[in-house]
Amino acid sequence: MENCTIYVPRLITKKENFAPGHRACIGCGEALAVRLAFKAIGQNVIVVNATGCVEIFTSQLPYTSWRVPWIHTLFENTAAVASGIESARKAMIRKGIIQDTKTKIVAIAGDGGTIDIGLQALSGAMERGHDFLYICFDNEAYMNTGIQRSSATPFGASTTTSPAGKESIGQFAWKKDMPAIAVAHNIPYVATANPSYPFDLMAKVKKGLEAKGPAYIQILSACPTGWGCPGELSVKIGRLAAKTGVFPLYEVENGKYSITVDFPKLLPITEYTSLQKRFRHLQPEMLEQIQQKVVRKYEELKEKTEMSGCCGQTGTEE
Amino acid sequence: MSKRVGIEVSIALADVVGMANTDVVAAYPITPQTHIVEHLAELVADGELDAEYIPVESEHSAMSACMGSAAAGARTFTATAGQGLELMHECLYVASAMRLPVVMAVANRALSAPISVWGDHSDVMACRDTGWIQIFTENGQEVVDTALCAFRISEDNNVLLPTMVHLDGFHLSHVIEPIIMPEQSQVDAFLPPNKYPFFLDPARPQAMGDFAPPAIYTETKWAQEVNLQKSKETVLKAWKEFAEIFGREYKPVESYRCEDAKILLLTMGSYSETAMTAIDKMREQGDGENVGLLRLRLWRPFPTDELRKAVENADVLIILDRALSFGSAGGPVGMEIKSALYDVSKKPRIVNFVGGLGGRDITVGNFEELIKKGIDIAGNGSENEFEIFGVRE
Ligand SMILES: Cc1ncc(C[n+]2csc(CCOP(=O)(O)OP(=O)(O)O)c2C)c(N)n1
Ligand code: SF4
Ligand SMILES: [Mg+2]
Repeated sequence: MENCTIYVPRLITKKENFAPGHRACIGCGEALAVRLAFKAIGQNVIVVNATGCVEIFTSQLPYTSWRVPWIHTLFENTAAVASGIESARKAMIRKGIIQDTKTKIVAIAGDGGTIDIGLQALSGAMERGHDFLYICFDNEAYMNTGIQRSSATPFGASTTTSPAGKESIGQFAWKKDMPAIAVAHNIPYVATANPSYPFDLMAKVKKGLEAKGPAYIQILSACPTGWGCPGELSVKIGRLAAKTGVFPLYEVENGKYSITVDFPKLLPITEYTSLQKRFRHLQPEMLEQIQQKVVRKYEELKEKTEMSGCCGQTGTEE
Repeated sequence: MSKRVGIEVSIALADVVGMANTDVVAAYPITPQTHIVEHLAELVADGELDAEYIPVESEHSAMSACMGSAAAGARTFTATAGQGLELMHECLYVASAMRLPVVMAVANRALSAPISVWGDHSDVMACRDTGWIQIFTENGQEVVDTALCAFRISEDNNVLLPTMVHLDGFHLSHVIEPIIMPEQSQVDAFLPPNKYPFFLDPARPQAMGDFAPPAIYTETKWAQEVNLQKSKETVLKAWKEFAEIFGREYKPVESYRCEDAKILLLTMGSYSETAMTAIDKMREQGDGENVGLLRLRLWRPFPTDELRKAVENADVLIILDRALSFGSAGGPVGMEIKSALYDVSKKPRIVNFVGGLGGRDITVGNFEELIKKGIDIAGNGSENEFEIFGVRE
């Protein structure tokens, strides 16, 4: 195992398709996740990007961070644009207008652009079965516009539109289970990932690319600016999100669930929440309520895994 | 020789989109556009058109998929109407600003509320400033011919802008008309394959649709404006070459019996045919002055020079708008023409009516009445900037 941890990183390409010099905040988990994902994706790709932090910090005219073809049009329509590109290439290849270069179509968007305003377009594209990979970089709020809540904001988190106050505990609803919604579309591949587990992330991105039909990956991306934590803690916080069970790492291949990085004994959620200002106001009773729900959700996930006949593997990526 | 057939205009339009060898159709159904997209689905299903038909879940996604398709280099078509065009609204600006040559038929429909499936120009006028080339049609033949020209104009590498082909909902979309359908050889001679120069391609990575800081935004918009204004040259060239192959001529501003006319009526779309009949009748009866008809075919880019020329000898110009611009100083076409003529020293007195809203007919008799009323207002003045014709107050 020790040899493996030395050897595996050497297999990863040094080529950066997502060039350095972008304008993200220091310690931005999204920037790290994009960089890792595009190491796995390679260059034979067309990228469709939704409005949001990634789009803004990579594309200020006259510069670009993209060494691959990239298009941005609007906020909520990324899956639809991707479906147009995919269909166009399919038709043009069939008609002999262009050659079949096996180019992949990858749509990328934030949690707001995916799980709120872009859900209809994404649902439509998944239902129609376009061959593309959709990656949601989930930093759990509308960060680009100043940390407003989205339906992916976790219960209890304080944001600028779900501020904690005398009459408010912060975000009032539980995080929407978007991977389950994707699974309900009967697509071949759904996964969650997190850049603190880079090999797991890259392996999933590769699987998503190879899947025939739509694939959906939701990558938890720590946002120091929005979560209220020092930039140097992004990777640690990402690890704790997995180890506490707050954001489990799993995949669903043709409906079969498997936990890809399992932790037989979950850490208490306070190890995760105590590092972030967005949870600072939560009283012990509230934290306990969240703790119970996290454990219950994790058990439900394990049950799904067992029903699928896949046993979870204990995580080795430390 | 191509021959004249009796055919529903929507079906003829879809057939010609098929003859253009369109690669991608992405569309969402809405009355009165449905027959167009249904027939296209049928052509693809029967293998008569080799295209991808994307049955999207909304018009917003229809236009978004079209943008993706055009950016990938495919010949791309969609159609919509009324609420559908409004749902696309935000996408329309992006398609033009990003120079994506999508062709769209709009079966013009009134806007809610109250809901109405019938025709007027409220949907178009709300999209007036979206940067698209926009062409109005008067009859089925024009619809078919304009659709072919639209691909040619949009995809021309000097233009690369999307084009809307406007046909009045029901009054045009659902009628059976005698139409000369083109021969495939004529279409092939007129319409070269789409060669989109910036198509998304891993062999030449490029970024499209970047974020513009204040230091650069104005220049991007200036470039877009110059490009749209200049596209008129290509529109005129396409119409000229169309005439050479098909024998039918089109102009930005069409005139009918205007040579000796001091009174002009201006309309857009299918109501012009009724207006012509009214003018013929009035001339036969010899009651009053000689009236002529102007028909604005090219709406964007606005044909300022042609319009000024067309009205230079007129004393009165009566404009019929088929949309309201709520709370403003006139109908959208009326206001536009007034501002186009403001700097001209010799110009006609302008009278602006709004009528034919939500599919309400304007008959030959109504047109006679409207013209007479217009002449009267021009002579005696009116306190109103415009009038809603035939409204029961
Ligand atoms: C139709 C529309 N509504 C609102 C906005 C404003 N807006 C731009 S980015 C954004 C939030 C993006 O949030 P998310 O998708 O989570 O991406 P993040 O910035 O967090 O990475 C919002 C609300 C917009 N651009 N378009
Ligand atoms: S706000 Fe958050 S997601 Fe956006 S660039 Fe900064 S750290 Fe990254
Ligand atoms: Mg976000």
